[in-house]
Amino acid sequence: MLAMDYRGPYRVRVEEKKMPRIEHPRDAIVRVTRSCICGSDLHLYHGMVPDTRVGTTFGHEFCGIVEEVGDEVTNLKAGDHVLVPFNIACGQCHFCKQGLFGNCHESNPQATAVGGIFGYSHTAGGFQGGQAEYARVPYADFGATLIPDWMDPDDAVLLTDVVPTGYQAAEMGGIQKGDTVVIFGAGPVGLMAARSAWLFGAGRVIVFDHLEYRLEFARTFGPAEVYNFKEVDDVVVFMKKTTDGLGADVAIDAVGGDAAGNALQWLFGTKLKLEAGNAIALHWAINSVKKGGIVSIVGVYGPTGNIVPIGNVVNKGLTLRANQASVKRLLPRLIDHVKAGRINPKAMITHRIPLEDIADAYHMFSAKLDNCIKPVLIPNAA
Amino acid sequence: MNALTGNKTLVDTSSVTGWAVDADPRNDPTYPYRERDKDPGLTSNWQRPPVQQSNVEILQSIEHIRRPAVFGTANPPSGVSGMIRRVAFRYSESNWMHWLLLMGADRINVVEGVVEDLGRGKVPNIPGEMGVRAEWKHNKKGLATKVAVMAAIGVGAYALFSRRRTRQPAPSKSVTRLEL
Repeated sequence: MLAMDYRGPYRVRVEEKKMPRIEHPRDAIVRVTRSCICGSDLHLYHGMVPDTRVGTTFGHEFCGIVEEVGDEVTNLKAGDHVLVPFNIACGQCHFCKQGLFGNCHESNPQATAVGGIFGYSHTAGGFQGGQAEYARVPYADFGATLIPDWMDPDDAVLLTDVVPTGYQAAEMGGIQKGDTVVIFGAGPVGLMAARSAWLFGAGRVIVFDHLEYRLEFARTFGPAEVYNFKEVDDVVVFMKKTTDGLGADVAIDAVGGDAAGNALQWLFGTKLKLEAGNAIALHWAINSVKKGGIVSIVGVYGPTGNIVPIGNVVNKGLTLRANQASVKRLLPRLIDHVKAGRINPKAMITHRIPLEDIADAYHMFSAKLDNCIKPVLIPNAA
Repeated sequence: MNALTGNKTLVDTSSVTGWAVDADPRNDPTYPYRERDKDPGLTSNWQRPPVQQSNVEILQSIEHIRRPAVFGTANPPSGVSGMIRRVAFRYSESNWMHWLLLMGADRINVVEGVVEDLGRGKVPNIPGEMGVRAEWKHNKKGLATKVAVMAAIGVGAYALFSRRRTRQPAPSKSVTRLEL
């Protein structure tokens, strides 16, 4: 089968690889029909995530048709069209019992801090991902979810990560009616966080980025007030001035370690890898939220450390909330939202690219060429 | 009190489809904190899934007291990078050395990947793997700039190297002097 193949930072290609096989009684093999490149794949692509081995197939946002199931998978059968949450979760460990499906303790030998994730380095379990014609889906009886007949596969594939991550960012913000919410990053997750903030009753939604085409999209998709941080002298001062000197009630970091916006952080974090990426978005979130406010973090950082103003977290009495999205927990509510027309995920898709052109797709998304917001890969076998 | 400043609200909430449908005063404390006692008394005991069997070498965090039930089997550690990864896993996830060694192994693994390609008689198309076609299609100016900068660096490095070589004293003379 054809599959994406990581060869080193900024280098990927398509290779003929062995077909995945059932390795565990709760596995399924899925023929991939849609697979996205996620903003967090760029952290891998840029060589920022430790233990990303040459030969890895990325891809944690995919849906497809069940080809084969293991002995213990009784709720799926060949031919079912399923969406596959990016978390690999057993559904029965200490953490899964609490709905922490992004923190499963039975899916990742290489690390305890993160559960298994498809195609996200050996630090996240060493599983091959879905940017391929076929994928092995562990714990398929728990994670893989039937796509309703009425649902467009383009919406379904975005429910595997982007939509729940943005929604959970807003949920973790504990937004109360009328709150001012500031979101750093107008990528797909930031866009969904902006949209979701309204569902929780926000009174004002502000989005920062530096890419004009993304801000323009956020203005209508959110909808949101949008600002280019490169045109603002000081993001934090700007936020204070626009909130009567208080700061936002809730700040959301929807960027993570691949941020732009601070030369020192970029040098030490992004280029020299002395930090787990550039944490300027988190720095701004901490400093622009009001005292007693909540900072919700869904941007992905590496497992080492970052320079952030933790003293201000103490002095301002902030609450930090963060996690990988617990996709399975949120799916019923999000499917309702799609059905009711409250969210329209597929509107974010800007590019549909054959799997064979994976190298160009990654470069286009990474370099933000051709106003790319969300690229979807379509395998030949789809 | 929230920080809403009415006169600066640019979006009329009544125009937003679904506004406040998920508003819930009980969403504070919110997920995940509110779920902390959902399964009290469970502690470290739960009914484990069947354990995956495999002969592939799986490196395991020393913070795990037992191997999780499922894991990926692709790309087991191999070569020099694999040796370094094995050393890295002697340290906990809390130890910087663990991650620095893994990052170092990743870089060596890239070289191993090129050697592996060449060993199979395949010369990797590195510009193609880096998406040069997309750059050519959507950012010709940027591509031209990159090529010009790289060419300038190459020419500069070559010139510097050549000048140093011509300035070096002939090795035979120094050998003669030593012998004297």
